[in-house]
Amino acid sequence: MSVDTTMNVLIVDDYATMLRIVRNLLKQIGFNNVDEASDGAQALQMMRLKKYGLVISDWNMEPMTGIQFLREVRCDDGLKETPFIMVTAESKTENVVEAKKAGVSNYIVKPFNSDTLKGKIAGVLGQF
Amino acid sequence: MSNVKAGLETQIRKALSEKTIPPQLGAVGSNVGTLMSSWPSDKGLYVELKRLAAFIEQTKAEIAALRPDEVKLAFLPKATDELDAIVKSTAEATNRIMDAAEVISGVADKIDAEGSGKLMDAVTSIYEACSFQDITGQRITKVVTTLKVIESRIDQMIFSAGATGEIAVPVSAVSSPESLSDAELLNGPALPGQGRSQEEIDALLGF
Repeated sequence: MSVDTTMNVLIVDDYATMLRIVRNLLKQIGFNNVDEASDGAQALQMMRLKKYGLVISDWNMEPMTGIQFLREVRCDDGLKETPFIMVTAESKTENVVEAKKAGVSNYIVKPFNSDTLKGKIAGVLGQF
Repeated sequence: MSNVKAGLETQIRKALSEKTIPPQLGAVGSNVGTLMSSWPSDKGLYVELKRLAAFIEQTKAEIAALRPDEVKLAFLPKATDELDAIVKSTAEATNRIMDAAEVISGVADKIDAEGSGKLMDAVTSIYEACSFQDITGQRITKVVTTLKVIESRIDQMIFSAGATGEIAVPVSAVSSPESLSDAELLNGPALPGQGRSQEEIDALLGF
Protein backbone atom coordinates (compact mmCIF):
# COMPACT_ATOMS: atom_id res chain seq x y z
CA MET A 1 0.00 0.00 0.00
CA SER A 2 1.42 3.39 -0.95
CA VAL A 3 1.37 6.37 1.36
CA ASP A 4 -1.47 8.83 0.91
CA THR A 5 0.46 12.10 0.86
CA THR A 6 -2.77 14.14 0.88
CA MET A 7 -3.41 13.18 4.50
CA ASN A 8 -3.27 15.78 7.26
CA VAL A 9 -0.02 15.71 9.21
CA LEU A 10 0.47 17.41 12.57
CA ILE A 11 3.99 18.42 13.59
CA VAL A 12 4.65 19.41 17.20
CA ASP A 13 7.75 21.21 18.44
CA ASP A 14 8.44 24.20 20.66
CA TYR A 15 11.25 25.38 18.35
CA ALA A 16 9.72 27.37 15.51
CA THR A 17 12.81 26.71 13.41
CA MET A 18 12.41 22.97 13.84
CA LEU A 19 8.75 23.15 12.79
CA ARG A 20 9.84 24.99 9.69
CA ILE A 21 12.55 22.43 8.91
CA VAL A 22 10.21 19.45 9.32
CA ARG A 23 7.48 21.17 7.33
CA ASN A 24 9.90 21.80 4.45
CA LEU A 25 11.25 18.26 4.55
CA LEU A 26 7.69 16.89 4.54
CA LYS A 27 6.86 19.13 1.60
CA GLN A 28 9.79 17.69 -0.33
CA ILE A 29 8.58 14.18 0.47
CA GLY A 30 5.16 15.16 -0.86
CA PHE A 31 3.09 16.11 2.20
CA ASN A 32 1.47 19.50 1.77
CA ASN A 33 -1.32 19.41 4.37
CA VAL A 34 0.81 20.07 7.41
CA ASP A 35 -0.34 21.80 10.60
CA GLU A 36 1.86 22.91 13.48
CA ALA A 37 1.56 22.99 17.28
CA SER A 38 4.10 24.24 19.79
CA ASP A 39 3.35 21.81 22.63
CA GLY A 40 1.43 18.68 23.53
CA ALA A 41 -1.61 20.43 24.97
CA GLN A 42 -2.17 22.53 21.86
CA ALA A 43 -1.61 19.50 19.63
CA LEU A 44 -4.13 17.45 21.58
CA GLN A 45 -6.70 20.19 21.20
CA MET A 46 -6.05 20.34 17.44
CA MET A 47 -6.37 16.56 17.12
CA ARG A 48 -9.80 16.68 18.73
CA LEU A 49 -10.96 19.21 16.13
CA LYS A 50 -9.40 17.71 13.00
CA LYS A 51 -8.43 14.23 11.85
CA TYR A 52 -4.71 13.66 11.32
CA GLY A 53 -3.18 10.69 9.54
CA LEU A 54 0.20 11.20 11.16
CA VAL A 55 1.67 13.02 14.16
CA ILE A 56 5.35 13.90 14.32
CA SER A 57 6.25 15.22 17.75
CA ASP A 58 9.25 16.43 19.71
CA TRP A 59 9.70 15.14 23.28
CA ASN A 60 11.19 18.08 25.17
CA MET A 61 8.38 20.65 25.35
CA GLU A 62 6.47 22.57 27.99
CA PRO A 63 3.97 22.50 29.59
CA MET A 64 2.96 19.12 28.12
CA THR A 65 5.93 17.05 26.95
CA GLY A 66 5.91 14.77 23.95
CA ILE A 67 5.73 11.62 26.08
CA GLN A 68 2.75 12.98 28.04
CA PHE A 69 1.12 13.96 24.75
CA LEU A 70 1.68 10.45 23.37
CA ARG A 71 0.12 8.87 26.49
CA GLU A 72 -2.90 11.19 26.17
CA VAL A 73 -3.32 10.24 22.51
CA ARG A 74 -3.11 6.52 23.27
CA CYS A 75 -5.69 6.86 26.07
CA ASP A 76 -8.22 8.63 23.86
CA ASP A 77 -10.52 6.25 22.02
CA GLY A 78 -10.95 8.67 19.13
CA LEU A 79 -7.22 9.30 18.67
CA LYS A 80 -5.40 6.20 19.86
CA GLU A 81 -4.93 4.67 16.40
CA THR A 82 -3.13 7.75 15.03
CA PRO A 83 0.42 6.91 13.90
CA PHE A 84 2.82 8.80 16.14
CA ILE A 85 6.49 9.39 15.40
CA MET A 86 8.70 10.88 18.09
CA VAL A 87 11.48 13.11 16.71
CA THR A 88 13.78 14.05 19.53
CA ALA A 89 17.31 14.68 20.77
CA GLU A 90 16.56 12.38 23.73
CA SER A 91 18.56 9.33 22.74
CA LYS A 92 19.05 7.41 25.98
CA THR A 93 17.84 3.84 26.29
CA GLU A 94 15.35 4.72 29.04
CA ASN A 95 13.72 7.31 26.75
CA VAL A 96 13.33 4.83 23.90
CA VAL A 97 11.98 2.18 26.27
CA GLU A 98 9.51 4.64 27.81
CA ALA A 99 8.33 5.79 24.37
CA LYS A 100 7.81 2.20 23.26
CA LYS A 101 5.89 1.48 26.45
CA ALA A 102 3.68 4.49 25.73
CA GLY A 103 2.91 3.18 22.25
CA VAL A 104 5.13 5.19 19.91
CA SER A 105 4.94 4.14 16.26
CA ASN A 106 8.52 5.07 15.47
CA TYR A 107 11.38 7.08 16.95
CA ILE A 108 13.81 9.42 15.17
CA VAL A 109 16.81 10.84 16.96
CA LYS A 110 17.92 14.40 16.16
CA PRO A 111 19.80 15.48 14.17
CA PHE A 112 18.27 13.49 11.34
CA ASN A 113 18.20 13.70 7.58
CA SER A 114 15.46 13.63 4.99
CA ASP A 115 16.08 9.97 4.14
CA THR A 116 15.64 8.93 7.78
CA LEU A 117 12.39 10.90 8.05
CA LYS A 118 11.07 9.39 4.82
CA GLY A 119 12.15 5.90 5.85
CA LYS A 120 10.47 6.09 9.25
CA ILE A 121 7.26 7.49 7.75
CA ALA A 122 7.30 4.62 5.25
CA GLY A 123 7.83 2.21 8.14
CA VAL A 124 4.66 3.50 9.79
CA LEU A 125 2.39 4.32 6.84
CA GLY A 126 3.69 2.11 4.02
CA GLN A 127 5.95 2.64 1.03
CA PHE A 128 5.86 5.84 -1.02
CA MET B 1 40.69 16.12 81.61
CA SER B 2 43.07 14.46 84.15
CA ASN B 3 41.63 16.76 86.84
CA VAL B 4 38.16 15.42 86.13
CA LYS B 5 39.45 11.87 86.21
CA ALA B 6 41.30 12.36 89.48
CA GLY B 7 38.27 14.08 91.01
CA LEU B 8 35.98 11.25 90.01
CA GLU B 9 38.37 8.60 91.37
CA THR B 10 38.67 10.45 94.68
CA GLN B 11 34.91 10.75 94.98
CA ILE B 12 34.41 7.05 94.25
CA ARG B 13 37.15 5.96 96.66
CA LYS B 14 35.72 8.16 99.35
CA ALA B 15 32.18 6.86 98.80
CA LEU B 16 33.43 3.25 98.93
CA SER B 17 35.42 3.78 102.16
CA GLU B 18 32.53 5.55 103.80
CA LYS B 19 30.19 2.81 102.47
CA THR B 20 27.75 5.42 101.16
CA ILE B 21 27.39 3.49 97.84
CA PRO B 22 27.12 -0.27 97.26
CA PRO B 23 30.55 -2.00 96.91
CA GLN B 24 29.55 -3.33 93.42
CA LEU B 25 29.88 0.20 92.12
CA GLY B 26 33.59 -0.04 92.74
CA ALA B 27 33.82 -1.79 89.38
CA VAL B 28 32.20 1.25 87.78
CA GLY B 29 34.90 3.43 89.24
CA SER B 30 37.56 1.16 87.81
CA ASN B 31 35.88 1.23 84.35
CA VAL B 32 35.59 5.01 84.42
CA GLY B 33 39.26 5.19 85.26
CA THR B 34 40.18 2.96 82.31
CA LEU B 35 38.02 5.03 79.92
CA MET B 36 39.47 8.29 81.20
CA SER B 37 43.01 7.07 80.72
CA SER B 38 42.34 6.36 77.02
CA TRP B 39 41.00 9.90 76.39
CA PRO B 40 43.34 12.50 74.92
CA SER B 41 45.20 14.56 77.47
CA ASP B 42 44.03 18.10 78.16
CA LYS B 43 46.74 19.43 75.90
CA GLY B 44 46.10 16.98 73.05
CA LEU B 45 42.38 17.69 72.99
CA TYR B 46 43.02 21.40 73.07
CA VAL B 47 45.41 21.12 70.11
CA GLU B 48 42.85 19.12 68.12
CA LEU B 49 40.09 21.62 68.85
CA LYS B 50 42.37 24.48 67.91
CA ARG B 51 43.23 22.78 64.60
CA LEU B 52 39.53 22.22 63.90
CA ALA B 53 38.71 25.85 64.67
CA ALA B 54 41.53 26.99 62.39
CA PHE B 55 40.25 24.74 59.60
CA ILE B 56 36.72 26.15 59.95
CA GLU B 57 38.05 29.71 59.89
CA GLN B 58 40.20 28.95 56.85
CA THR B 59 37.23 27.40 55.04
CA LYS B 60 35.10 30.45 55.81
CA ALA B 61 37.86 32.74 54.55
CA GLU B 62 38.20 30.70 51.36
CA ILE B 63 34.45 30.82 50.77
CA ALA B 64 34.49 34.58 51.31
CA ALA B 65 37.46 34.95 48.93
CA LEU B 66 35.46 33.19 46.24
CA ARG B 67 32.99 36.11 46.43
CA PRO B 68 29.93 33.84 46.20
CA ASP B 69 27.65 36.87 46.24
CA GLU B 70 29.37 38.18 43.12
CA VAL B 71 29.15 34.79 41.45
CA LYS B 72 25.44 34.62 42.24
CA LEU B 73 24.51 38.23 41.45
CA ALA B 74 26.80 39.05 38.54
CA PHE B 75 28.62 36.12 36.92
CA LEU B 76 25.80 33.61 36.71
CA PRO B 77 23.14 36.04 35.35
CA LYS B 78 25.69 37.39 32.86
CA ALA B 79 26.56 33.88 31.68
CA THR B 80 22.85 33.06 31.32
CA ASP B 81 22.22 36.26 29.33
CA GLU B 82 25.12 35.48 27.02
CA LEU B 83 23.82 31.99 26.41
CA ASP B 84 20.31 33.32 25.72
CA ALA B 85 21.84 35.74 23.21
CA ILE B 86 23.56 32.82 21.46
CA VAL B 87 20.24 30.99 21.12
CA LYS B 88 18.56 34.13 19.78
CA SER B 89 21.26 34.96 17.26
CA THR B 90 21.56 31.39 15.97
CA ALA B 91 17.75 31.28 15.59
CA GLU B 92 17.82 34.51 13.57
CA ALA B 93 20.67 33.25 11.40
CA THR B 94 18.92 29.92 10.86
CA ASN B 95 15.72 31.67 9.80
CA ARG B 96 17.63 33.80 7.29
CA ILE B 97 19.29 30.67 5.86
CA MET B 98 15.88 28.99 5.64
CA ASP B 99 14.40 32.07 3.91
CA ALA B 100 17.12 31.82 1.28
CA ALA B 101 16.64 28.06 0.93
CA GLU B 102 12.91 28.52 0.39
CA VAL B 103 13.59 31.06 -2.36
CA ILE B 104 15.97 28.57 -4.03
CA SER B 105 13.32 25.87 -3.66
CA GLY B 106 10.78 28.15 -5.39
CA VAL B 107 13.20 28.73 -8.28
CA ALA B 108 13.90 25.01 -8.53
CA ASP B 109 10.23 24.38 -9.30
CA LYS B 110 10.50 26.57 -12.42
CA ILE B 111 13.58 25.18 -14.10
CA ASP B 112 14.43 21.96 -15.96
CA ALA B 113 14.25 18.63 -14.15
CA GLU B 114 17.99 18.01 -13.90
CA GLY B 115 18.77 21.47 -12.54
CA SER B 116 15.75 21.33 -10.27
CA GLY B 117 16.83 17.98 -8.83
CA LYS B 118 20.29 19.29 -8.01
CA LEU B 119 18.91 22.43 -6.41
CA MET B 120 16.41 20.46 -4.34
CA ASP B 121 19.14 18.13 -3.09
CA ALA B 122 21.14 21.16 -2.01
CA VAL B 123 18.10 22.73 -0.36
CA THR B 124 17.40 19.48 1.52
CA SER B 125 20.97 19.50 2.81
CA ILE B 126 20.48 23.08 4.01
CA TYR B 127 17.28 22.14 5.84
CA GLU B 128 18.96 19.15 7.48
CA ALA B 129 21.93 21.24 8.56
CA CYS B 130 19.65 23.93 9.98
CA SER B 131 18.44 21.52 12.64
CA PHE B 132 21.71 22.33 14.43
CA GLN B 133 19.90 25.34 15.90
CA ASP B 134 17.45 23.12 17.77
CA ILE B 135 20.24 20.91 19.12
CA THR B 136 22.34 23.94 20.07
CA GLY B 137 19.38 25.50 21.84
CA GLN B 138 18.74 22.34 23.85
CA ARG B 139 22.41 22.03 24.79
CA ILE B 140 22.47 25.65 25.96
CA THR B 141 19.32 25.07 28.00
CA LYS B 142 21.18 22.22 29.73
CA VAL B 143 24.08 24.55 30.51
CA VAL B 144 21.69 27.17 31.93
CA THR B 145 20.06 24.50 34.10
CA THR B 146 23.51 23.47 35.35
CA LEU B 147 24.32 27.10 36.19
CA LYS B 148 21.11 27.29 38.22
CA VAL B 149 22.13 24.15 40.14
CA ILE B 150 25.53 25.74 40.85
CA GLU B 151 23.76 28.87 42.09
CA SER B 152 21.61 26.81 44.41
CA ARG B 153 24.65 24.88 45.71
CA ILE B 154 26.46 28.15 46.41
CA ASP B 155 23.44 29.32 48.42
CA GLN B 156 23.52 26.06 50.41
CA MET B 157 27.25 26.38 50.98
CA ILE B 158 26.97 29.95 52.27
CA PHE B 159 24.04 29.03 54.49
CA SER B 160 25.71 25.91 55.88
CA ALA B 161 29.01 27.62 56.64
CA GLY B 162 27.37 30.69 58.14
CA ALA B 163 24.63 29.07 60.16
CA THR B 164 26.38 26.08 61.68
CA GLY B 165 30.06 26.65 61.14
CA GLU B 166 30.40 23.54 59.07
CA ILE B 167 29.66 22.54 55.52
CA ALA B 168 26.64 20.29 55.40
CA VAL B 169 26.65 17.80 52.57
CA PRO B 170 23.37 18.21 50.66
CA VAL B 171 21.44 15.02 50.36
CA SER B 172 20.43 14.65 46.75
CA ALA B 173 17.54 12.44 45.81
CA VAL B 174 18.81 9.44 43.93
CA SER B 175 16.27 7.60 41.85
CA SER B 176 16.61 4.06 40.80
CA PRO B 177 16.65 3.51 37.03
CA GLU B 178 13.37 1.60 37.32
CA SER B 179 11.47 4.62 38.60
CA LEU B 180 12.48 7.55 36.41
CA SER B 181 10.01 10.39 36.43
CA ASP B 182 9.07 12.32 33.29
CA ALA B 183 11.34 15.15 34.46
CA GLU B 184 14.27 12.74 34.81
CA LEU B 185 13.71 11.62 31.25
CA LEU B 186 14.33 15.15 29.96
CA ASN B 187 18.07 15.01 29.36
CA GLY B 188 18.33 16.79 26.03
CA PRO B 189 20.96 15.96 23.43
CA ALA B 190 23.50 13.43 24.62
CA LEU B 191 27.23 13.98 24.22
CA PRO B 192 29.03 11.78 21.68
CA GLY B 193 29.16 8.21 22.94
CA GLN B 194 26.57 8.76 25.67
CA GLY B 195 23.29 8.40 23.81
CA ARG B 196 21.97 5.78 21.40
CA SER B 197 22.40 5.96 17.64
CA GLN B 198 19.42 5.72 15.30
CA GLU B 199 20.43 2.13 14.49
CA GLU B 200 20.58 1.18 18.18
CA ILE B 201 17.19 2.84 18.76
CA ASP B 202 15.70 0.90 15.85
CA ALA B 203 17.10 -2.30 17.37
CA LEU B 204 15.67 -1.42 20.80
CA LEU B 205 12.25 -0.78 19.33
CA GLY B 206 12.39 -3.81 17.08
CA PHE B 207 11.22 -1.80 14.04
